Amino acid sequence: MIALIDYGAGNLTSVRKALTALGADFTIPASTDVCAQASGIIVPGVGHFAATAALEGAWLQAIRSAVSAGVPLLGICLGMQWLFEGSDEAPEVEGLGVIPGRIGRLQNDLERRLKVPHVGWNALDFRSSGARLFQGLSSGAQVYFTHSYAAPVTVECVASTAHANTFSSVVERDNIFGVQFHPEKSGDAGLQILRNFLTVCGSLSPKVAAARAC
Amino acid sequence: MLTKRIIACLDVRDGQVVKGVQFQQLRHAGDPGALARRYNVEGIDEVVVLDITATLESRQALARTINAVAQEIFLPLTVGGGIRSEEDAAAAIDAGADKVSLNTAALKSPELITTLARRYGSQAVIVAIDAKRLGDGFGVFVRSGTTDAARDAVEWARQAESRGAGEILLTSMDRDGTKAGFDCEMTAAVSDAVDIPVIASGGAGTFDHFTDVFTRGRADAALAASIFHYAESSVSDLKRYLRQHGIPVRL
Repeated sequence: MIALIDYGAGNLTSVRKALTALGADFTIPASTDVCAQASGIIVPGVGHFAATAALEGAWLQAIRSAVSAGVPLLGICLGMQWLFEGSDEAPEVEGLGVIPGRIGRLQNDLERRLKVPHVGWNALDFRSSGARLFQGLSSGAQVYFTHSYAAPVTVECVASTAHANTFSSVVERDNIFGVQFHPEKSGDAGLQILRNFLTVCGSLSPKVAAARAC
Repeated sequence: MLTKRIIACLDVRDGQVVKGVQFQQLRHAGDPGALARRYNVEGIDEVVVLDITATLESRQALARTINAVAQEIFLPLTVGGGIRSEEDAAAAIDAGADKVSLNTAALKSPELITTLARRYGSQAVIVAIDAKRLGDGFGVFVRSGTTDAARDAVEWARQAESRGAGEILLTSMDRDGTKAGFDCEMTAAVSDAVDIPVIASGGAGTFDHFTDVFTRGRADAALAASIFHYAESSVSDLKRYLRQHGIPVRL
């Protein structure tokens, strides 16, 4: 059972629809105890880093302890940014801190008409072709972004994306995964990435797993 | 590299897609879920659902339409038309919209842009501007294009950005439904004035019109309805054409 965390930051409906379409077994937990028993945890989110303040305290502790016990974690967009230590967007709010580094504002380059927010479809440049989220995809796959802040390219970066500056679009470290784009809004490529995460969690229903094997 | 987006617009009345010319003479264009499904297969980048009646009775019908479209596609979905309050926006987002598009309400109460940007992030707030040429400038019209707002489109776009809008959807009322081409001068004027993405709308008739609006018009995205609804042209043919002409698109 996947725990989909609802902390009031946006895209829960669309992530829920995508998980339903994939046949995933998931719940939106009302209490933090569920995290320890979950087969995986997804932290969605869009918008301002300050919204993650709702996770400070009990949720942060529960997710941190589940992750150290080996439960796979996927952060989407703001949820990925939250995996880091903090963000310049809301310096007073603490991140989960399971990936070293800090989120900074994207640069723009108005001469090249590269605007911020970075909105639209852009390519994933794989830095590690064996990354578990990339099964069935090739470097250059197009996915949908909408954000003004992003993670730096560090050792955990398995795919980067070029805008005015190059940023980390997918991170992976042990059982921790983060995607800056919206897999639930990235058509077939996005659904494949979610499916790959569910496979890591062992949470695909037998029916879906069988359909995939064919 | 960020690609140029092609967006399909579904003007919805009573749960059905309709399309007019210069905001008049509506005719039926099909079922929203079925159209969204076709566009998704053809490679559309985003879908906009505009509720063109936006009466109280149509609210629940709209939620059903948003839900039906969101079941079919895993792509960004914007909902507009009659979003007047934070509650209207919340209802659209809860039904499955990723972004809301504000028009008349944003001009009347610009603080609504800021309120929604704080709650959902700027990326979820589009300000739609319906404009037409007036003398040397571009005048803004509201209430489905029936009322002169006595505002300049470029100035209003700048103000919308400073209030927290994440994108501008700029419709040329002169060109809407005419298939005579986008108003590239107007699009370029707004695109040069703001740092947020500008979606050009109104007038798409040929593939060259899209090339024009992405080059001369300096648009970040282009929105069309008629050209796609009646299967005159497929989204995939358009995108292949654009790529051949040096415009970066998702294929």
